[in-house]
Amino acid sequence: MTASIGALGEPHAYLDVQSRWRRIEIAFWLSTLLPFVLFPLHLQLASQIAITALFALSLDLILGYAGIVSLGHAAFFGIGAYAAGLIAKWGWGEPISGLLMAGAIAGAAGYATSFIIARVRHLPLIMITLGLGLLLHEAANSASWLTGGSDGLQGVRMWPLFGTFRFDLYGYTAYGYSLAVLFLTFLVARRLINSPFGLALRGIRENAVRMPAIGAPSRSHIRTIYTIAAVIAGIAGALLAQTTQTVSLGTLDFQRSADVLVILILGGAGRLYGGILGAIIYMVARDQLSGMNPQYWFFWIGLLLVMVVVFLPNGILGGVAQFTASWRARHAALRGRPS
Amino acid sequence: MTASVLSTRGLQKRFGSLVVAQDIEIALPRGVRYALIGPNGAGKTTLINLMTGMLRPDAGHILLGDEDISALAPHERVKRGLVRTFQINTLFPNLNALEAVTLAVCERYGYAGTWWRRLPAYRQAIDEAYEILVSLRLAANCYRATHELAYGQQRLLEIALALATRPKVLLLDEPAAGVPRDESAELFAVITGLSPDLTVLFIEHDMDVVFRFASRIIVMVGGRVLLEGPPEAIAADQRVRDVYLGSKHHG
Repeated sequence: MTASIGALGEPHAYLDVQSRWRRIEIAFWLSTLLPFVLFPLHLQLASQIAITALFALSLDLILGYAGIVSLGHAAFFGIGAYAAGLIAKWGWGEPISGLLMAGAIAGAAGYATSFIIARVRHLPLIMITLGLGLLLHEAANSASWLTGGSDGLQGVRMWPLFGTFRFDLYGYTAYGYSLAVLFLTFLVARRLINSPFGLALRGIRENAVRMPAIGAPSRSHIRTIYTIAAVIAGIAGALLAQTTQTVSLGTLDFQRSADVLVILILGGAGRLYGGILGAIIYMVARDQLSGMNPQYWFFWIGLLLVMVVVFLPNGILGGVAQFTASWRARHAALRGRPS
Repeated sequence: MTASVLSTRGLQKRFGSLVVAQDIEIALPRGVRYALIGPNGAGKTTLINLMTGMLRPDAGHILLGDEDISALAPHERVKRGLVRTFQINTLFPNLNALEAVTLAVCERYGYAGTWWRRLPAYRQAIDEAYEILVSLRLAANCYRATHELAYGQQRLLEIALALATRPKVLLLDEPAAGVPRDESAELFAVITGLSPDLTVLFIEHDMDVVFRFASRIIVMVGGRVLLEGPPEAIAADQRVRDVYLGSKHHG
């Protein structure tokens, strides 16, 4: 046993390294400040990207980590958006408290539906999430007295952020606000996936049959993460409502659920940064391509999606990780070490 | 007579017209190494599925100690100490051995619901997981993804995951399935070396292994328990020879 005491230190160090901040991460977050300097005229777009990234991050928690495929994740985005919009419309325009309330409301909806979600897997799961999404979309459409129906919710007036920063036309406040919320939520998500709970989620993704056999209450884990993901999606929707000061039915659209899935698959699911990278690529591509060819830009998105899935099955980030790993192995081999 | 740790009373299960368990009455005392044998289709794996809650019996009860666990969910039975492994590897392909066993340890302590603390903060759970890996000689490969491990090591990881739950009763469904003969003896040496307080029941087809490692044997045929007894009695029984052992001789 004495020989292994020295070795016992190793697993801690190993697990510690797994969750440590890397230099490239810090560089990435610093670079998110660049749009303020480099693209001051495109800050509205940058804000939309940050919001979409946040939405994709929330989907990543359930899809990428727990393996729960959802085709109706826009439901929570939309609930958050309408909640934030209505709170402001009814006279409380303070952004941050409005954001938190909207997140809580979306979370309550997530918790309520999580009981169904935790019971099913595979195709039924896809159908149920899809069905719930469609249901909510039509409910919002018909309740036009509340939501404004297909005209969208009008009359959303936000107070200045911290009582100081107005939501300006150029989107300085919008981007600063969205980026800050994205970063703070990212910190929470990062902590979550590096926690024992995060490990349990990966266990559910890797083998749902084995989990009960090691004493894991998988359903309760699924309910928890589904609720957390709903809160984050709701916050993303609320950000959109607050920064654009309007809410349309599009926030609940099936298209939005599909888009965010595409974004996550493009960037790489189960990688925390996959959704963020996917959102940047997808939104910039949409902006550029739809400028050139407004009708057919989905052709290029479709092509990109097929190429990525065929050649980089784990998304762009998965491909990058694989490339660096094999490059390192080759490098180690060249130095004469066993790879 | 010592009280049994795990027992079943009148366990019944049928799939349509096929009876897979009929009036199963067994009682496993503490610390015994049981072998469960019988021809293919005798209902051995079904019995494990029934006892661990992966199948619901049509009738009958399962008792762990004095407690009736028949209505409990599989993970709740694990929490109470009734744990199984699988005949076909049922592992976490993209987790490494350290992560997988640490996960099982965390679930036992109830840490796995905690999402606001980092995993490395649970030093004791990680130490425990690593000690299990050391004891099963998996430590050297514990950072490699499970799907990269050699088959025999994956079979050991099956057992490591079960041990991490601190079982009172361990049900091993063909632990050496697919492992070459010389390695399977090694695997059973590991099983024999487990804590003497632990009750072990294993399904195994290799009669040499069964007679070497089991202290008692249950013979199942066609969903029924044909016989239960010490190895010598089983080997000498004519009915067992007829239905199962054929004319083969065993030392």
